[in-house]
Amino acid sequence: MSIQVENISKSFGAFAALQGVSLDFPTGELVALLGPSGCGKTTLLRVIAGLETADAGRVILDGEDASDTHVRERQVGFVFQHYALFRHLTVFENVAFGLRVRPRRNRPSADEISRRVHRLLDLVQLDPLADRFPPQLSGGQRQRIALVRALAVEPRVLLLDEPFGALDAQVRKELRRWLRRLHDELHVTSIFVTHDQEEALEVADRVVLMNRGRVEQVGTPAQIYEHPATPFVYGFLGAVNCFRGRVEGTHVRVGEARLPHDGQVDGQVDGQVDIEGAAVVGFARPHDLAVVTDLAAANGVDAIVSRVHAFGASVRVELDSLEGAADRGEPAHYEVVMPRERAVSLIDGQRVRLVPAHLRVFADQAA
Amino acid sequence: MSAGVLHGRALARRFEANPATREPIWMKRLILTIALAFFVLFLFLPLVAVFSEALRKGWLVYLAALVEPDALASIRLTVLVAVIAVPLNLVFGVIAAWAIAKFDFRGKRLLTTLIDLPFSVSPVVVGLIFLLLFGAQGWFGTWLFEHDIKIVFAVPGIVLATVFVTFPFVARELIPLMEAQGRDEEEAATVLGASGFQTFRRVTLPSIQWGLLYGVILCNARAMGEFGAVSVVSGHIRGATNTMPLHVEILYNEYNFAAAFAVASLLAMLALVTLALKTFIEWRAGRVVTVDD
Repeated sequence: MSIQVENISKSFGAFAALQGVSLDFPTGELVALLGPSGCGKTTLLRVIAGLETADAGRVILDGEDASDTHVRERQVGFVFQHYALFRHLTVFENVAFGLRVRPRRNRPSADEISRRVHRLLDLVQLDPLADRFPPQLSGGQRQRIALVRALAVEPRVLLLDEPFGALDAQVRKELRRWLRRLHDELHVTSIFVTHDQEEALEVADRVVLMNRGRVEQVGTPAQIYEHPATPFVYGFLGAVNCFRGRVEGTHVRVGEARLPHDGQVDGQVDGQVDIEGAAVVGFARPHDLAVVTDLAAANGVDAIVSRVHAFGASVRVELDSLEGAADRGEPAHYEVVMPRERAVSLIDGQRVRLVPAHLRVFADQAA
Repeated sequence: MSAGVLHGRALARRFEANPATREPIWMKRLILTIALAFFVLFLFLPLVAVFSEALRKGWLVYLAALVEPDALASIRLTVLVAVIAVPLNLVFGVIAAWAIAKFDFRGKRLLTTLIDLPFSVSPVVVGLIFLLLFGAQGWFGTWLFEHDIKIVFAVPGIVLATVFVTFPFVARELIPLMEAQGRDEEEAATVLGASGFQTFRRVTLPSIQWGLLYGVILCNARAMGEFGAVSVVSGHIRGATNTMPLHVEILYNEYNFAAAFAVASLLAMLALVTLALKTFIEWRAGRVVTVDD
């Protein structure tokens, strides 16, 4: 089933959790709502489920306006961050709950319920635990039970609120892959909320990146990572070095230094900004910066190696700017990742020059 | 709850085993002696005294005092009042706790404070309030007289006063419990298609059942034992508006000690049964929590 939200706004007192959010979730996709805490992603999920009413806007399920439909009738499956399993019921009864509370006329027979519950428990390989109580299960097991409990009522959409948020790193990774496989088998339209960018990029078909109650960017994980639409997206998806300066032809002047840029400026205000001389902020990922030991090189900013983290296949180098550079608008610290063999000659305290291989440039909203 | 106790006990034992943290032996003995002496003097002796005074003139006198018509009437009235007041407060308490713990609304703080009011007002004042409202000279006195409705110096007044005094027991027991459990499980039930009533019966009620029972038992003990408020509104009409505590007072004032203590012994037994039930419930609820950990 497809889900659309149109112009959803929601405030809690003076805090605007959602500001005119419009999104389209096509049938059968697994979509991640990604963003920092307080960005409104969980609120949006709860509005779609009907657990929260929007102040304005519409929720459209399968082409029909569901804004006034009661949660019970929306046929959504919801998985809560802290599982919300019924503590006093066995695993079996937890999964059977949604079937047992149906009105008599469309409630399956006891045999049918038992058959369906056991089949679902088999799906998550937890059938042997059917008679246990939730407190006797591990976190990962509880989460899987919460998921099949939601699936038992054959929901038209599956909504997951930080499904792996309360688990430790190892179990998280495992369940991530498991969720992806499960989705590939069932093809239920699914939305999951997460603040972990790695999780979103790895699991989802599409990622919706949110910030301060608005959508920043929608796209496939590759699109989002390779072509961030806004400075926020750039900063949120992994480590980044950012340079503030002014455009000078094919270069950006940052303090004393000149850096070559990618050739286009995004985010101009109404196209009013004349590119030449415009205040911009440039972004370079740690692997996009080259460390040059030849200080006579034409471009690049000067920096001093402060620490070399040499473990694994690639080496991470932390650098500080020169004295006074921060006053000229250059960043105070840099982070560079490079192949091990290129880093052998670097020593702590060495003066080097940093040249970006790629520098994505945005109009500087703060300037 | 009991998990915490167990943990505490284990901790105490470790504390004791460690010479660096152990208190001197005379200190331990002194503290224990004081505590025990206090317990015997103020709690245990009075309890023994009640039963020994009640049985001083033998079983026959004891039984005769209990089956005497006025005593029977007072027992009946006490039970009647409890049978009305406790279910009422059960319903009120659950609703109030539900509203406070699960919803946000204006005036929530005020309501929370108001629930405690019966605990902070002297029961005698409570009785006087009802006199002021429903007495012959009270606000509604004339209207009630014209319609021939008797509230004070009759059973309705006693029930009202008891309901007021015992109101907080159930609500106060449930509010922290429900607040701690949050709304997640109920939301989960709703999303799974359960109606409001199904959610309450299948999810909310089972998770608060021990707390609820605990509150009901304390509420019942107080409803049967309440003296001050009931004393003011009852009018002390023998065989008609005397509850057990009031009957005990009358008998005592008439120097009929054996009978007074006989009826009092019933109240004491009620207290013992209440304590036993309370311990049992704490044990059961504790077991649930331990599994939870």
